[in-house]
Amino acid sequence: MKLSKKLSQSIAFWIFRILGVLVVGILLWILGFIIVNGISAISFEFLFSEPKEGMTKGGIFPAIVGTCCLIAGSMLVAFPIGIMSAIYLNEYTTNGKIAKFIRTMTNNLGGVPSVIFGLFGMALFVNAMKWGDSIIAGSFTLGLLVLPLVIRTTEEALKMVPDSFRTGSYALGANKLQTIRRVVLPTAFPNILTGLILAVGRVSGETAPILFTVAAYFLPKLPTSIFDQVMALPYHLYVISTSGTNLEATRPMAYGTALVLITLVLCINLLAAYLRRRFGKM
Amino acid sequence: MRRFIEKTIENILRLSGLATTIIILLMVVFLFKEGFGLFKNPVVERGHVLCVNASNKIEYLNSKEIKLIFDGKIENWNKLGGEDVAIELFRFNEIFSRYSEEEFGEDYKKLPEKLGEVISSSPGMIAFIPKQYMPSTQQVKALAEEKIGGADFFGGTEWIPTSVPSPQFGVLPLVLGTLLVSLVAILIALPLGLGVAIYISELASYGTRKILKPAVELLAGIPSVVYGFFGLVVLVPLVQKALNLPVGETAFTGSLVLAIMALPTIITVAEDAMRSTPSAMREASLALGATHWQTIYKVIIPYASSGISAAVILGIGRAVGETMAVLMVTGNAAVIPTSLFAPIRTIPAAIAAELGEAPVGGAHYQALFMLGCILFMITLVMSIASELISKRQPGKGV
Repeated sequence: MKLSKKLSQSIAFWIFRILGVLVVGILLWILGFIIVNGISAISFEFLFSEPKEGMTKGGIFPAIVGTCCLIAGSMLVAFPIGIMSAIYLNEYTTNGKIAKFIRTMTNNLGGVPSVIFGLFGMALFVNAMKWGDSIIAGSFTLGLLVLPLVIRTTEEALKMVPDSFRTGSYALGANKLQTIRRVVLPTAFPNILTGLILAVGRVSGETAPILFTVAAYFLPKLPTSIFDQVMALPYHLYVISTSGTNLEATRPMAYGTALVLITLVLCINLLAAYLRRRFGKM
Repeated sequence: MRRFIEKTIENILRLSGLATTIIILLMVVFLFKEGFGLFKNPVVERGHVLCVNASNKIEYLNSKEIKLIFDGKIENWNKLGGEDVAIELFRFNEIFSRYSEEEFGEDYKKLPEKLGEVISSSPGMIAFIPKQYMPSTQQVKALAEEKIGGADFFGGTEWIPTSVPSPQFGVLPLVLGTLLVSLVAILIALPLGLGVAIYISELASYGTRKILKPAVELLAGIPSVVYGFFGLVVLVPLVQKALNLPVGETAFTGSLVLAIMALPTIITVAEDAMRSTPSAMREASLALGATHWQTIYKVIIPYASSGISAAVILGIGRAVGETMAVLMVTGNAAVIPTSLFAPIRTIPAAIAAELGEAPVGGAHYQALFMLGCILFMITLVMSIASELISKRQPGKGV
């Protein structure tokens, strides 16, 4: 028997509708689960004290500080290189082949799994450069990880600046560098910023690249130099949810850490989404 | 002067334009340099030798044979082409129970001599001892030092890096585990993701789209370690209870988590591809009397098929490289997978779990870098393939 056109259409469309609801459902399930279980662990003490008694008590302050250090460090690496690279790609390359080659390489680098960045960071920064497990090694590793993202978003932002702005600037006697600095970059700035915020969001949640380059299992004191190890939120969550001595007692800590991490990452992403909507599409 | 500054700045810009290329090159150099060091390692632990009685005809053993001998799986030399003599195992520390401390003399100077006595006492003896204590008598010979070969690594069926005396670096269990988890994940995610992509691009009203698209973006933004945590505390017990398994940490649980993580990639890429269908094609189909659904599956999906294939390949690439979530929910048993509902270990999980314990520069460390090379190559091929496919002229050859 052949289904009538109308019937098969409505069956198919209902299935798609249910799938759409399912995706939202999965998101709400994950977020809801972590919020409901984690909210009771959050307190002033949890956020601002160090872990105690085999990580079953106390808080996650060193991990929060560590993650902030890594965000700052990795952005110092990724922002300048990424933005300059995008400027070169969009404003300077006249030869299409070179631009295409660079774009392909950037895409390929973006497809490399994060654990490979961890291996690479360990071989290059920790062992070959002899920096040891340190903030600087972790920052460089994470910075390289988000470089493709920074380049891609910045390039998109630069592309959205109309060519008439550039020709107008040239017509007023400005040279190329002046045009880029005074006209192109200020116009593209909000969209560049959005890309950078997305990069921050990516960095703050990554675990695999910092496993062997910076992360400390337990380190209650705060870092004093860029060659210190630090704790970091994602790694801390991994540690206390898999390898604690007393998993039952550490669970509330794990829920709390997951909630803090997910709040941080989602707030950053929402900020980026807001900016994107505010300053035009990307 | 001014020109000079401009020229300098332009050169700096050009250099940073090449940054990603340089990084990829550096990555290849470092990964492969460390990784290929593995094949310079002897099959037995570094600094040790295997000694046999001089009457033994065997000249060398490969890594697998050594493992079988020391596991007691091979009990007679004739199985290896030698004479019909029972194999007798001798591990170095057993020497201390055979002789008293005084008999070794000052600074253990007589230790090699005593080892020689033991090994020459029995024709079937095989001993695993440090090189420095190698006996110098004629009645003992050391087996030739074999290097770990490509076949041992790529064709090996066991991954036991801590096995003594011969660590096993067979990569097959990890490769098969990785492929199993990723492919099942895509099989789960593809229909789901495609359905949602169709819904978002074709059916959803403006309001629904405004909810769905950010939801998908948020799903993509959740860190993988949070997915792993969620999988560990929610999905693992759920899978265990629902399927009545002895453990909930299985390949299937890993696939479920990976499927959720691959959804955003598949949805966004597939949706973009469908949206790029020219409205003329859509309208022509509708004008011929086709329903909206017929238009979707006869016109829009074929038109978007290259974009959809690119989405699938990208999704597989992501799944293959995903580390933390898989590490936390798959149970980490490095065996060749026989069932979807048993624990397995993937390549990235092995790297993440073992690198911390592997001494820098040792065979295990290098083997993990070799795993990194394999992973790097797989994902590189995937991302190039997806790029080539998505560039293909849409509509042609469908």
